[in-house]
Amino acid sequence: MMQTSRRLLLASTIGLALCVASPATAQKTYDEGASDAEIKIGNTNPYSGNASAYGQIGRTIEAYFKMVNDNGGINGRKITFITYDDGYTPPKAVEMVRKLVEDDKVLLVFQTLGTPSNSAIHKYMNQKKVPQLFVATGASKWGNPKEFPWTMGWQPDYATEGGIYAKHILASLPDAKIGVLMQNDDYGKDYFNGFKAGLGKDADKIVQVATYEVADPTVDSQMIQLKNSGANVFFNITTPKFAAQAIKKAAEIGWKPTHYLNNVSISVGSVMKPAGLEASQGVITAQYLKDATDTQWKTSPDMVEWNKFMDKYMPQGDKSSSFHVYGYAAGATMAQVLKQCGDNLTRENIMKQAASLKGFENPMLLPGIKINTSATDFYPIQAVQLSRFEGESWKIFGNVLSNEGASQ
Amino acid sequence: MEQLIQQIASGLANGAIYASLALALVMIFVSTDHINFAQGEMAMFSAYVCWQMMQWGLNFWVALPLVALCSFCAGVVIQRIILQPLHNAPVLSVVVVFIGLLTIFHSLAGGIWSFTIKEFPSPFPKVSFAGSGYLGSHQVGMILVTLVLLVGLYAFFRFTPLGLAMRAAAQNPASARLVGVRVDWMLAQGWGLAAAVGAVAGAMVAPVVYLEPNMMASILLYGFASALVGGISSPGGAVAGGFIVGVLENLIAYFGNLLEKASGLYLIGNGEKLTVALVIVVIVLTLKPEGLFGQVSIRRV
Amino acid sequence: MATTTDSATETTVAIAGRSWWIWIGLAGLALLPLVGGKTGLISNFAFLQLSLMIVYAIAVLGLNLLTGFNGQISLGHGAFFAVGAYTAAILIDQADWPFWATLPMAALACFIAGYLFGLPALRLEGHYLALATFALAVAVPQILKYRHLEPFTKGVQGINIFKADPPFGLQLSGDQWMFLVVLAVAILMFWAARNLLDSRIGRALRAIRDQPLAADAMGINSSHYKAVTFGISALFTGVAGALHAIIFEFVSPDSFRFELSIAILVGAVVGGIASLPGAVIGGVFVQAIEKYADALTKKISATVYLPLELQPWTIYGIALIILIYTMPTGIAGGISSLRRRLKRF
Repeated sequence: MMQTSRRLLLASTIGLALCVASPATAQKTYDEGASDAEIKIGNTNPYSGNASAYGQIGRTIEAYFKMVNDNGGINGRKITFITYDDGYTPPKAVEMVRKLVEDDKVLLVFQTLGTPSNSAIHKYMNQKKVPQLFVATGASKWGNPKEFPWTMGWQPDYATEGGIYAKHILASLPDAKIGVLMQNDDYGKDYFNGFKAGLGKDADKIVQVATYEVADPTVDSQMIQLKNSGANVFFNITTPKFAAQAIKKAAEIGWKPTHYLNNVSISVGSVMKPAGLEASQGVITAQYLKDATDTQWKTSPDMVEWNKFMDKYMPQGDKSSSFHVYGYAAGATMAQVLKQCGDNLTRENIMKQAASLKGFENPMLLPGIKINTSATDFYPIQAVQLSRFEGESWKIFGNVLSNEGASQ
Repeated sequence: MEQLIQQIASGLANGAIYASLALALVMIFVSTDHINFAQGEMAMFSAYVCWQMMQWGLNFWVALPLVALCSFCAGVVIQRIILQPLHNAPVLSVVVVFIGLLTIFHSLAGGIWSFTIKEFPSPFPKVSFAGSGYLGSHQVGMILVTLVLLVGLYAFFRFTPLGLAMRAAAQNPASARLVGVRVDWMLAQGWGLAAAVGAVAGAMVAPVVYLEPNMMASILLYGFASALVGGISSPGGAVAGGFIVGVLENLIAYFGNLLEKASGLYLIGNGEKLTVALVIVVIVLTLKPEGLFGQVSIRRV
Repeated sequence: MATTTDSATETTVAIAGRSWWIWIGLAGLALLPLVGGKTGLISNFAFLQLSLMIVYAIAVLGLNLLTGFNGQISLGHGAFFAVGAYTAAILIDQADWPFWATLPMAALACFIAGYLFGLPALRLEGHYLALATFALAVAVPQILKYRHLEPFTKGVQGINIFKADPPFGLQLSGDQWMFLVVLAVAILMFWAARNLLDSRIGRALRAIRDQPLAADAMGINSSHYKAVTFGISALFTGVAGALHAIIFEFVSPDSFRFELSIAILVGAVVGGIASLPGAVIGGVFVQAIEKYADALTKKISATVYLPLELQPWTIYGIALIILIYTMPTGIAGGISSLRRRLKRF
């Protein structure tokens, strides 16, 4: 009797000691959606409706994660990427995101697209304490860690970009008379407000603002209005289809202003070529991603990798469409955050790691542009480089313009 | 003044877009007494097929007749297989079938050719001519094609036996049958014709608004407004209505802009174009439901 | 036409005649939060789905009243849905009203809007009315973004509102509470509709639908009734819109595009346009069809090789056509003709 109980005591003591004595073995902590084998990531994109062209981004991200999985996953775990169509309709977005969080039980939601959709789920995500990470919109309101600690943007925000154009105009075109074409919604207003703010007291240099709706067939009459206002500088806040129309029409009516085009529509395949390469010469924009049609990047390692990725995982994709670069780059940022998490895949740690990207050289970003986040800086990419369309692609000029450190 | 002329010219160019779609809408209405809500998407799909043929190397002027022919056949098939069995169903059920067709064509186009915008080359050579600062060569070409179509259809309905038979079948099916007209077949051909007209409209419009599945969605309302303004039973009226709507919406934006510049008061402008279309529709329908050139329909007790 | 409506009315009468099992069914539904919620059998997300089905059923009911029972086609009911939603949102956002008080206001606002639209629409019939209402539906987002309305509508950004917590410290989640609220409102509205249709007004409506000239000859003031019906129909759909806004706590112009009007119409027709049970079926259809189309699409894409990327909307369109084909008078109509055939045995 005595011997057995002593053995028992010994066994349990050793067992206890072993438990306590191995803190170095990885503390695997998981929140819902993560396990030893997989990490579940949720997403909504407009795969139907009038914004369906952007659905390419969701498809690219899907393919990117497939590639990551084929290469062994992240820290040995495969990524299960669940993406739903929200038709660019806020109630649908809310429903689908709730499905992702409550039904599919994803660990986090990544790259939800569109300002209206993200506005609709903003409160919910923060209430539920689920990361709303690297949202696919440039609205300036996503970098607010104090009030919305679970939401983070990704791309340079529209207001900053607008401000950069304004500063460039003030510096290089003293006699500017500015005409603006803008889409009559959140995104257009965001750019415009940033632009106006950048002009400061010179905001009266804007001589004409013309708006258009997504439902308009053409922007021809707006372009005519702008030309007749006597403007010699043109700020073009349009989505791809209308950007192409605007560029083409400007050439047709013989209007040759200094043309600033928003980053949203710089895809060579979707905008510049349909608009006409000749008409597009000299257009200025601000870039942060490498243009896949620009031969100067042909040999850079990330571009080589990207081309291999496109050939293998998206053979039908149009290589001149910037959506494929965007999706790939965003996917890479997500992968980096997950890598940094190691075995601690709690939602809290995800946000912590997302807010600890220091000088991360994300593939497909222009040289000199790095990703930086901190507990007070929820704007990962805040630098851009101006570029001009010459020949058949965008040529960068000048220095990297950074808004780094500005946390609002 | 210069701008006014430019806006009117641009309005005429847009008007040609609306007119060509309105023409297809009127075609179906005249031959089958139905309003085809799927017309825009069918036209868009035909435009994609035309694009695909050009990708395969065919010249536009070879591809277009081919596509028009295929669209004709498709229209006939759709009428025979899907719509004919429903000829006794309530109007709303038929409307829902149109909606079903609409979603099918729209999503099929996106599924086959993806949702990114594509360039559709203009078949008209870029020549400069007097006044080319106002209207591009494609726009002029588009207006001409629309007018040619209109004249052709008018002649067809007025002067050919087949056209007469189709009109009879639509207006008075019972009597038409008595004189030996194969009414069902006439309805099918009416659909085929409308589909063909739509195909031409799509091919004309695509170079301007760029080829994408959502291409026709917004134009549809303007097309309806045009058809109503001109008279939904009158092809000529539809075309006239198209030009009227196109010019009107530009003028309203232009004057609204002038007003804003002069007085700082923003009443109406580019952001209200669809609302303007709506108001036009309601006003015309209230005051003159048969449109400017349509025939008044008299109901007998 | 007469056979269509009779069969649908039959269903209504047949079901209504056995009203006891409706009450049992409703009681069961009301108890769901307690049963399902506590045991965790029914998730909050499921309650959201159920609430939305009921909301759409109310919206479809509004359209049914106008279209099925009064013969006026509307392709623009999304507009009234939007008016109801925005009325509720603006009152909560700017005037701090409690959400339940916004419902009667939304109803009133929509009645007025519907009546005002019904007046010029009086002279229109069939296709023309369809087109006029279609124009309304397409123009709605633009109207909502109109510059001079921005102080109220907040323009494109939309309005974020806050839903109150369940009262009296009830141990219910927000979704369960909304489900009960929506259910209660639905019961009230359907009951009101039933009474309306059974009354003298209801008979006048049906008379105007079936034999407009005879109705006129008999002294029924058609213009008045038709405009009022438009108003009532808008009222119902508007209340649904208000509930929708409260559930999602967010409204924006993008939430009320043309597709919404189409969805309500499709729901009405698929359910059965001259039928109250049809409205319920329609509501369920509107909410559920997209998920099924999506799931079916994924299954088909996975099993069959196709030279294209199959889209859920293609499946949706095919499903619509098949449904109308097999049941031209809607599912309610289909059920009642099935009953008739079974009775023959």
